[in-house]
Amino acid sequence: MTLDHMASRFNDINLSRRGFLAGAAGAGGGLVLSLSLPFGRSDAATSGDFAPNAFIRIGSDGQVVLTMPYVEMGQGTYTSIPMLIAEELEVNLKQVRLEHAPPNEKLYANPLLGVQATGNSNAMRGAWKPLREVGATARVMLVAAAAKRWGVDSKTCRARDGEVIHDATGRRLKYGELAGEAAQMAVPENVSLKRPEAFKLIGTPAKRLDAPGKVNGTARYGIDARPPGVKIATLTQSPVFGGRLKSLDDAAARAVKGVRQIVQLDDAVAVVADHMGAAKKGLEALKIEWDDGPHAGLATAQIAQELEQATLGSGTVAQKVGDADKALAGAATKVEAKYQLPFLAHATMEPMNCTVHVRKDECEIWIGSQAVARVQAMAAKAAGLPTEKVIVHNHLIGGGFGRRLEADGAVRAVEIAKHVDGPVKVVWTREEDIQHGMYRPYWFDRLSAGLDAQGRPVAWKNRFAGPSVIARWLPPAFKDGLDPDSTEGAIDLVYDLPNFHVEFVRVEPPGIPTAFWRSVGPSHNVFVTESFVDELSSAAGQDAVAYRRKLLDRNPRARAVLDLAAEKSGWGQALPKGSGRGVALQFVFGSYMAQVAEVEVSRDGTVRVRRVVCSMDCGTVVNPDTVQAQLQSGVIFGATAALYGEITLKDGRVEQSNFDSYQMLRMNEAPAIDVHIVKSAEPPGGMGETGTSLIVPAIANAIFAATGKRLRKMPVDSNLLKQPA
Amino acid sequence: MAITININGSGHDIDVDGDTPLLWVLRDVLGMTGTKFGCGAALCGACTVHIDGVATRSCVTPVDSIGKSAVTTIEVVGATDAGAKIQKAWLDHEVVQCGYCQSGQIMSASALLASNPHPTDADIDDAMSGNICRCGTYVRIREAIKLAAQSNAKGG
Repeated sequence: MTLDHMASRFNDINLSRRGFLAGAAGAGGGLVLSLSLPFGRSDAATSGDFAPNAFIRIGSDGQVVLTMPYVEMGQGTYTSIPMLIAEELEVNLKQVRLEHAPPNEKLYANPLLGVQATGNSNAMRGAWKPLREVGATARVMLVAAAAKRWGVDSKTCRARDGEVIHDATGRRLKYGELAGEAAQMAVPENVSLKRPEAFKLIGTPAKRLDAPGKVNGTARYGIDARPPGVKIATLTQSPVFGGRLKSLDDAAARAVKGVRQIVQLDDAVAVVADHMGAAKKGLEALKIEWDDGPHAGLATAQIAQELEQATLGSGTVAQKVGDADKALAGAATKVEAKYQLPFLAHATMEPMNCTVHVRKDECEIWIGSQAVARVQAMAAKAAGLPTEKVIVHNHLIGGGFGRRLEADGAVRAVEIAKHVDGPVKVVWTREEDIQHGMYRPYWFDRLSAGLDAQGRPVAWKNRFAGPSVIARWLPPAFKDGLDPDSTEGAIDLVYDLPNFHVEFVRVEPPGIPTAFWRSVGPSHNVFVTESFVDELSSAAGQDAVAYRRKLLDRNPRARAVLDLAAEKSGWGQALPKGSGRGVALQFVFGSYMAQVAEVEVSRDGTVRVRRVVCSMDCGTVVNPDTVQAQLQSGVIFGATAALYGEITLKDGRVEQSNFDSYQMLRMNEAPAIDVHIVKSAEPPGGMGETGTSLIVPAIANAIFAATGKRLRKMPVDSNLLKQPA
Repeated sequence: MAITININGSGHDIDVDGDTPLLWVLRDVLGMTGTKFGCGAALCGACTVHIDGVATRSCVTPVDSIGKSAVTTIEVVGATDAGAKIQKAWLDHEVVQCGYCQSGQIMSASALLASNPHPTDADIDDAMSGNICRCGTYVRIREAIKLAAQSNAKGG
């Protein structure tokens, strides 16, 4: 089971199609009061507007405003979601203006996830049918209004480019002219959607609607919010998670020009100032003693050891096919391996920030969030106010990657703002952002497999240990020791494996918070499974592509992407000494993908990723340019993790602090990335994360091909690849 | 003591400590939020502006070091020939994703193009490797710079 199926299983707020449309229609008019707009500010809906649901508002001036239930964080959702609505509404993209949705779980929950959140690559998967229906519903009502005015059968009218046309008489009415009357029409029970061959927008490369503001500096992110009178604060939190403030001498900080106030919390200190320069200078001048608390001595090795130990016990069975133990006992060859993946920070380019104005009986928040309703609920709790007394303005997001599914930054900002008269923008330094993140979990996996005389796998066993992020973030979805995220990519493999046994041992590490990180469960599982399949091919003495191919008889979509990547990458052709190609294959987030990475390993052990060929079948492609961009993006993100990504603890403290110690792939290291898309009429699969999970094993397998060294622990350790002088 | 700095063609009197980084004067004092904060240590390039045409990390540039030099930010770089070509190439080539680093990328790229109308791949690496993009738009940034350089060739 995958995360997108969890709503139907675990959640009763999943919305039926009728509830989705009708519930939305009921709230039509009053939606726009508290929105912060990316492209300008509109007035509230007026009585002459046509707002048939929570996503569309057409003013009598003809302006079409679309409310975006998913937030833009680079993945192109503010272009592809409007494409779905506009396709059926029959408007062109130049005619629409966009607004961020306010917090409202009932109206804006992702139908697959059951909560209002942008994550798990499921915006398009959730929106694909419902938001086309939203557009079609509005169009039917506009056509009905025109037909009524003309006194003709609505079947003789058609809609196009924001107009209703009566071909027989050549009469036309613009949507704006029909807004008031359309609002009086009955909401249709059932609307039919276009057949794919009639699509005008879907499947064509659309220009990003958010691009112009992002090249001229006018795009507004959360960190750019400037409510009148806003003060700027920055903070330092207990360097050890769970520690407490022991003593504070803030005399020198108070003397810094521009510093207005020092806010002391149980486990943090904030400096409030006229500008961030003064706040940072004040922060540096603080003399603080901390009580480090119970995790004072914690080191990463301890956590790794505990996880390794856990894989020797037993866990919850996540999937069982056949009898793996029996098959293993009778196998001709046995292969065993242990894998480890490190903690990772998100390091979004926009550091954590949140602006809050706490008033007597309400609280106003400016933030860029992937989960705005969660922010509202948790901020309300922190402020001691009812949820509806918290107004949240969402913004464009300067990198999410899962970090902004969390509301810890908003809670912290509320705690500080309660002590400040007027609005305060709390901006984390980069050091604070990296050292007080919520991290991709550390994982430890123990695998064994048995091969028959032909090298074919007859048994596969995998027991892995790590935390369940879902258990904290969406508790109802953690059930009987399992959750759909932790296991995605470890079970339901593309390969034909007759005896298969996978167990998950939940172990929550002490002293370090964990969270979703781009490509979530698969960021761990795909590295492990695709490295291990590669080990099996090597143990069988067979080519890595040919070996996988033999296990894909029952999976033609997976085989097609594998064949395509092999062909386009020149698989099998000679490479210079020290270079190698690695292949990896996955079906996660509803999309099939294969990658071939080409690496070069120098004598000192430095790894350069030269070229990556990706082939994918993600079902129907809505915006092909976005698909390509997301793959390029995912590959760079994953390659960064493979080559550099590691958060370590020493004495309970995160050792990395800025981009010097937590390195990013840069322009001079970026590989060429070729993307090949398989045409498909299946429903869309997820796109935002697939590239990330797959590139890590592709690189590790390429390093094996280049050097004969199998790296079972990420990130790449160059010392293991050094050649003797 | 007030400091006067020339930003985007206008003089601004600023009453902050002289060692205050230019970035915070732009963003918090003057409200010019197009220039972004990424690291505070000249490691990521998000805060890049031009000082007398040279790409400079504003997060480590004290305001009292600027003197009479001219500061140019993302808000007006489109008024320069190179800036306009880079911005157009960014749009034509659909470079942006989250977009947060792109002000800095565009400032670095336009300074490169102004001083070197036909940069090689190595020139691009040199000029752009100080700018981190977490969305990984590097492939398109490189192509867009080359696209802008081609328009240099056509335009003479």
